[in-house]
Amino acid sequence: MSEAHEEKTTTGYSRRGWNGWGFLVKLLIMAVVNAVGLMGILSAFNAGSWVILGFAVVLLAAADYVYFSRRALPLKYLLPGLAFMLMFQVFIFGYTGYIAFTNYGAGHVGSQQLAVNAALQQGERRVENSPTVPLSVVQKGDELGFAIVQDGEVLVGTADEPLEVVGTSADGKAPTEVDGWEVIGRRDLLSSQDLQTQVVNLRVPISDDATDGSIRTRDGSTGSIYQSSMEWDPDAQTITDTENGIVYRATDQGTFTADDGTSLTTGWIVNVGFDNFMRLFTDPTIVSPLAMVALWTVVWAILSVLVPFGIGLLMAFVYNDERIRGRRILRTLFILPYAFPAFMSALLYRGMFNAEFGVINELFFGGANIDWLGNPWLARLAVLFVNVWLTYPYYFLVCTGALQSLPASTLEAAALDGANRYRQMTSIILPLVLVATAPLLISSFAFSFNNFTVIFMFNDGGPAIPGAPYALGATDILISAIWDISGVNRGVADYGLASALSVIVFVIVGAISAIAFRQTKKLEEFA
Amino acid sequence: MSADTLPESRTSARRKRWFLEVGWKYIFAVFILFYAVFPLIYIVSASLNPHGSLAASNSLFTVFSLDNFKALGETSYWTWYANTLIIGGSAAIGTVLMGACAAYAFSRFRFSGRRVGLTTLLIVQMFPQALAFVAIFLMLLAIGEVFPVLGLNSKLSLICVYLGGALGVNTFLMYGFFNTIPIEIDESAKIDGASHAQIFWRLIMPLVTPILAVVALLAFISSFGDYIVSKIILVSEDNWTLAVGMYQWVSNQLTSRWGLFAAGALLAAVPVLVLFLTLQRYIVGGLTAGSVKG
Repeated sequence: MSEAHEEKTTTGYSRRGWNGWGFLVKLLIMAVVNAVGLMGILSAFNAGSWVILGFAVVLLAAADYVYFSRRALPLKYLLPGLAFMLMFQVFIFGYTGYIAFTNYGAGHVGSQQLAVNAALQQGERRVENSPTVPLSVVQKGDELGFAIVQDGEVLVGTADEPLEVVGTSADGKAPTEVDGWEVIGRRDLLSSQDLQTQVVNLRVPISDDATDGSIRTRDGSTGSIYQSSMEWDPDAQTITDTENGIVYRATDQGTFTADDGTSLTTGWIVNVGFDNFMRLFTDPTIVSPLAMVALWTVVWAILSVLVPFGIGLLMAFVYNDERIRGRRILRTLFILPYAFPAFMSALLYRGMFNAEFGVINELFFGGANIDWLGNPWLARLAVLFVNVWLTYPYYFLVCTGALQSLPASTLEAAALDGANRYRQMTSIILPLVLVATAPLLISSFAFSFNNFTVIFMFNDGGPAIPGAPYALGATDILISAIWDISGVNRGVADYGLASALSVIVFVIVGAISAIAFRQTKKLEEFA
Repeated sequence: MSADTLPESRTSARRKRWFLEVGWKYIFAVFILFYAVFPLIYIVSASLNPHGSLAASNSLFTVFSLDNFKALGETSYWTWYANTLIIGGSAAIGTVLMGACAAYAFSRFRFSGRRVGLTTLLIVQMFPQALAFVAIFLMLLAIGEVFPVLGLNSKLSLICVYLGGALGVNTFLMYGFFNTIPIEIDESAKIDGASHAQIFWRLIMPLVTPILAVVALLAFISSFGDYIVSKIILVSEDNWTLAVGMYQWVSNQLTSRWGLFAAGALLAAVPVLVLFLTLQRYIVGGLTAGSVKG
């Protein structure tokens, strides 16, 4: 690199004093990064995951370029954070959008080929008069497999790996030793009920082609060939059940459906366009509970900001008085709820509000049996109460800060001009405090809008709305409704529908953020 | 003239005025204190109650016993505790390093795409990661088939997901702080022949320690309090964090595990509480810069 170029780099790093140790450390780290990256690329290639492969290649190339080139100085500092952000934030937003337009969910989890394989598997019957072969159960780590002897050869396979020849057998009996595998003895097999069930359910495919059938065993010592009664015709896109002659045709909806309307249980992922969005807005069983949820979300978010803000502001005014002794101690005690982890507080209140045994009914309502968590309105009131308890200290702190940074000269001038305290308060102090806190209120609103933890921990979004699908409840907000609908936790998974709702909430949050964006005018700060 | 010699009426008038202006604030404070502290007192009492059921915990401070704390050892509590510390600690360190690097770059270098970069960060940060939990779940499911270490039920992948949000708001918090360090320090070091890496690690980082501590604490607390992402990623019980595990206790067996929950909550909250209160001054500054309780 020429001297002239060195002059031009305004960011200017000197080569005269390069730190030898620093360079070595960098080399070492990059060696590890490259090794891990190459390993990743290879295993992605083996697994045939082209998207992951592409990501890994691009990331590795970018890392090598950035850290070995002299040009990309700022990127040296930005790349790690950016890489994580692109993968775990930006990409998943896009992925959410993609899923929203598919029928991904229970019964639709993979490609059509996987659905075909599943259908063939489910239709498996023992091939009549098929020969039995000697078999032993083998194990490697947690993985179970079968070792069989056929035509003097020993073959081993597992549920995922089809049979493969691993050696020869002279006596034609079930193998007692297999290289790389631990043979499970008959005694071990008989003594464990759990293991027996696993072995009986295990099917080892004979080859990669699912129509060849698979090996199964009833007794753990002999295996026989099972073949599917289903036949897949890739050209006609049909599956035929040879036992009763029913033909299942592939449909646009990602299912195999017969003429009488029955479908095979396993389908595949297809693009369904705006179907998920249409369901959210037109399916009568979803629309009315979801509208309730949406309305409550807005009410919840607004009240979760205004009520604690009001309390915090009032407290800030009252305790911004230098004549009060022990202000520091008081302040610390006041903000204790804020320092207590939120999810624990919500769980704590869950117990305290318990109708039968809770301390609130017991101590403050004379042992009355008020059903705080079971009545929709009481539950809403209670969860708001919890959130107010959790967040008022934040507003107290913020408002105190805003009050203390008010320009003293303005207040003095007002006092000199004869404004009384009420006038000072309404015309000067309040407006200035509000201007300082308004951006925070907006971002708090956006936060409360998606405050899953408190809603979920306190009452699971319950009590349930009668007749609502997906266990939607009276205190559910949109994000906890997405949780219920998605089925990642329990129930029937419907990733497509959940993602569609996520996209809608993204749009709402985006709109709120746009307002916040203009309000905070943060952009002007980095001139 | 001392107060004793004042006429009786003037003293009482002064007392009355004092009460109207200052005194009532103490009484008001008692009410707020009760509101603020009662649940915390209750949980302390419940943790000391050996009967451990919700119903038995209502009689405050009638029994003192450390049975609940001992009983925690028979559960997976300490495994969860360790997991939470590992995950939260790694996420905090990673967040601080990445955020500090990014803030340094934005604060010290003038490069094309800088303004666009800052704007993009600001926009991206406004969309909560948790809303995309379905996509996170499915993406990890797919990655797990290629690299099991980064798939579901891996602490490492949970840390990675948290690090995905490392830039966002933290960069802005630190960016402001970095800007308050005079650039003359960098320039004089440069003249003395220091490389940019030396300037960053040896000069700047020690000067910005307070903001690093705050960002670390905020990142730790947010991973500490996260349920939605950790629940979908961490499948097996020995991988759970406190939020996932303790929810299970209280949601399934509310009445019988109450004492355990109370003891566990106290043990977990005390370090956070102490750190929070020590760093309070800085945190308030950070909070007002835009982050909210998570």
